[in-house]
Formats: sequence, C-alpha cells, structure tokens
Amino acid sequence: MTTSQAPLIPAPGDSRRRPLVVMRNVSKMFSSGTLALSDMSLTVEPGEFVSLLGPSGCGKSTALRIIAGLGDVSTGTIDWPSSRINSKGLPEGDISFVFQEPTLMPWQTVFGNVYLPLKLRGVSKSAARDEIMKTLATVGLQDFAGAYPRELSGGMKMRVSIARALVTRPKLLLMDEPFAALDEITRQKLNDDVLRLWRETGITVIFVTHSVFESAYLSNRIVVMKARPGRVHADFPLVTSMSRDAHYRTSEEYRQACEKVSNMLLEAIGGEEH
Amino acid sequence: MVPASLENSPPLAPSKPGFFGRNRDRLLRTLIPVGVVISLILLWQAIITVNGIPQYILPGPLAVANSLYNDWGTLWPALWVTTQITMQALALALIGGVGIAIFLVQSKWIETAFYPITVILQVTPIVAIAPLILIYAPTTQVALLICAFLVAFFPILSNMVQGLKSVDHNLLNLFDLYGASRWQMLLYLKLPSSLPYFMTGLRIGGGLALIAAVVAEFAAGSAGAGSGLAFRLLESQYRLNIPRLFAALILLSVLGVVIFMITSFIAWISLHRWHESSLKREN
Repeated sequence: MTTSQAPLIPAPGDSRRRPLVVMRNVSKMFSSGTLALSDMSLTVEPGEFVSLLGPSGCGKSTALRIIAGLGDVSTGTIDWPSSRINSKGLPEGDISFVFQEPTLMPWQTVFGNVYLPLKLRGVSKSAARDEIMKTLATVGLQDFAGAYPRELSGGMKMRVSIARALVTRPKLLLMDEPFAALDEITRQKLNDDVLRLWRETGITVIFVTHSVFESAYLSNRIVVMKARPGRVHADFPLVTSMSRDAHYRTSEEYRQACEKVSNMLLEAIGGEEH
Repeated sequence: MVPASLENSPPLAPSKPGFFGRNRDRLLRTLIPVGVVISLILLWQAIITVNGIPQYILPGPLAVANSLYNDWGTLWPALWVTTQITMQALALALIGGVGIAIFLVQSKWIETAFYPITVILQVTPIVAIAPLILIYAPTTQVALLICAFLVAFFPILSNMVQGLKSVDHNLLNLFDLYGASRWQMLLYLKLPSSLPYFMTGLRIGGGLALIAAVVAEFAAGSAGAGSGLAFRLLESQYRLNIPRLFAALILLSVLGVVIFMITSFIAWISLHRWHESSLKREN
C-alpha cells in the first residue's frame, strides 16, 4: 500500500509542495438566518493531521462539509492550489469523507460498499478487486468482504466506512466526529488505526471532534473553534517527541498536551456570549 | 450461523432439545391452522347432514368438491382468464407505478403538478368509473385490464414515491461527494434503497389487482367464452347452482393466496439478506 501510493502523495520537503486547501474569510448563513460560520480562514498543508475542536454548535461540522463541497459558502472562497478542479469547483477525486454514522448501504456487502466510489467512476469490479481487498486489509477486514453491514459491530462498520474513503487514494480525508458513537475501547483502537494509516499513506486529515483527549492524541495541529457565530479561536501545532501509541496515552507529555488543549477549549467556551 | 449439515443432523445428546423439540414451533405453526380449517369443513358437512339442508340453499363441502371436479371444464378457463387479467394488470401497475414514481420525484414542481391527479384516480371508486371505461375501451378484456390496473397501480406508486424520498441523507451526500450522476444516484442508491417500500406496494397491489379484476367483471357483466370467474359466480347465482358458486369462490381464494405467497416470496428473496423486515430477531 505504502509503496504503490507513493507517487500520488507529495513527499515531505517536496519543492512543489503547496497548500492543499485554503479557506479565505468563509462565512455561512443558513436559510433560517443562523450564522453558522463567520469569517473563517484556514490553510491546510499536505500531510497535516488537523483537528477542528469545539463545543457543539461552533460550526466545525459545517466547515468540514463546506470543504467537502456539501453546501455553498455565503461569502469567502475555498481554493485547492495543488489539485485539478472539476466543474463544481471541487478537486476531482482528491477528497473523501467519513461521516459520524458509518453510512453504509445495507443492501450491499462490505465489498460492494467499498467498491462504490470506484463504481461511480466507472471502474469495473474485476479491475477494482485487488485495490478493494488491499484497502480492506489495511483496516483488518479482508475476511469480511462478503458480509452485510448488519452482521458487523459498530467499530467494524466504521472501518468499512474508512476503507471506502481510502479506496480512491484521496489526498484529503475529512472525518466528521467519526468515532463519537463508539465505546471507549473501540474508539482508542480506531484512533490508533487512523494514525497508522495517516503515517503509512501520508494522507492529509481534517478531523472534527469535541473530545479534547482524542484531538490531543491524534493531531499535529489543533484548531479550536468558538460558537455563535462559529469562528476560529485558536490554531496551534501540537508537536510531541514520542510516537503516539498506548505508551503515549499514559505519558506526562500527553497529559500536558491535553491540559493545553483543554484550557484553549475552556477559553473558547468562556468567551462565548450567552 | 449454523451450517446446514449441522442443522439437519440428529441430536447428539438427549439432554439437548431433540429434532421435534427444535422444530416443534414450526410444526405447530403449520398443523394448528390446517387443523382448524379441517375441523371447520367437517363441522360444515356435519351441520348439512344433520339438518338435512338442501344443496340449493347451502351445499356441503362434498357437493362443492364434486362441483369443482365436474365443472372443471367450465371453471378452469374462467380461472385462467381472471389470472391473466390480474397478472397483466399487476405487471402494468408495476411498470407504471415505478415509472411514474421516478418521474414524480425528479422535482418538487413535477410532484406538485401531477400528484393530485393520481390521488383523484385512486379515491374515485373503481366501480363508478367502470361503465365509462367499458364505453371507451375497445374490448371488455381491455376494460377489465384498465380497471384492475388503476386499482393496483396506486399503492405501488405511493409506496414507491415514499421510498424514493426516504433515502438516507448521508448516503445522498456521499453520492454527491463522489460526483455521482443523476442516473447513478437513481440506479445505485434510490432504487435499491426503496426496494422495501416497493415490496410493500407489490404485496398490496397484487391483492388489489385480483379484487379489482373481479369487481370490474361484475360491473361489465360480460358473458360467454373468454369470461372470468366473476361471471361464473354471477351465472351460478342466476341458475341457483350454489355448489358451483362455492367452487368458483374457492378458486378465487386459492388464486388470492397464491398471489400473496408469490409476492411475499419475492419480497423475502430480495430483502432477507439485509432488511430488518425480513430478519429474525436474534435475542
């Protein structure tokens, strides 16, 4: 997977390295009159793992959906400096989305669900088979290709959803609180899986969460957002000297990271006008 | 999942529930209704025999069976005609119902414009339109077909519209995200997603097509060769051939049950692997 993916992802230090996505002064007003996002700017570089963290209603999911092209901006622009743009202004095949729910088609097997993005591009099933099985193997589901979603646990369904997002080898993976509904043990396991995939593939991730612990564990950059209207409160890198694994979870460094992120979040909530 | 070979093998230990124990439920579920029907038939025959009721008032089951056997030459072609009309009407209703449902959900304006017309067609009692249809249709058979079609068509249409509009919004977003065309969205998402609704429509439509075929034939009052079971019912009534009337009635019931079984089976085949309605609860 790593070797075959290499040409698609610019290596760190690549001279052609340009930002992947640039949001400039984006605002979003819903038809109900609610200002969901106000003047949000965000530049994401290739290979980053960015968490959008904030209280509910701070517009983090809205921001993610706007980046994905699911909904228009009211004002502002979104640019994709390193992608080919299609007629809808979206980077052709460069983004994938993982929803809060697994969002699988219940009438399709695991294989059929992961095949979907390729099927929509007109790739034949036989041509896609190898890629699908390889992607399923990366999430540990190679033995479940023929299973139906109802036969899987919540965590396994989420893995299928991640495999479906990865099968097109996107540059950018958008994840909207993907593990919020899972139990703690499964969530930790999937966090480790996502980190491993991020390291192995060099993919860029924007991860929406309301969990301080999750964001501090996963990301190398955290964007803390504020509600009413949704806007960026703080944007800072999170560098650790340790590799992020079970050992890191119990380390002093992780505790400090959590404290820092937590304080930022408290600031953001405290600054809200009620 | 227990492999089939294990399921059918004899029990290994006497302490475990034996073959009869495990299958008792299923066995009883078949035996009890069959037993009830047989008892009722016996009771029916007993009442006839004990009270000496004449055949032209109420025939016994033996007389009905006799008529079924002797009049088979008359009843069979009539059954075949009714079956054909019902099936053709159902097929047309399926094509029309699904087709128009797809057309209606293309845009809000199309739905706003055309849905009321389909409702008017549905709520108008079919017997009331039948005379008109009989005037305009080239043959009686075509008129019957139109009547049965109109009745069977609406449940399929309304279920299908509901199904096409009930697609998971996240899945719609997902298809949008991957740049799916309208056609792909319909073929890979909306149609499979509305399959359970379609199956409900099919089961209701199948039953209604038969009812409408019979009612329309009553209204048409067609006679002679090429007439269906409904005409044979009326004819038997006029001739006070009550055993044959019962025989025709039984054939209609059997036809209804067969249609129900076929549509239920189709629904089961297409849904049992994934849809909640066809799954056994495992707790």
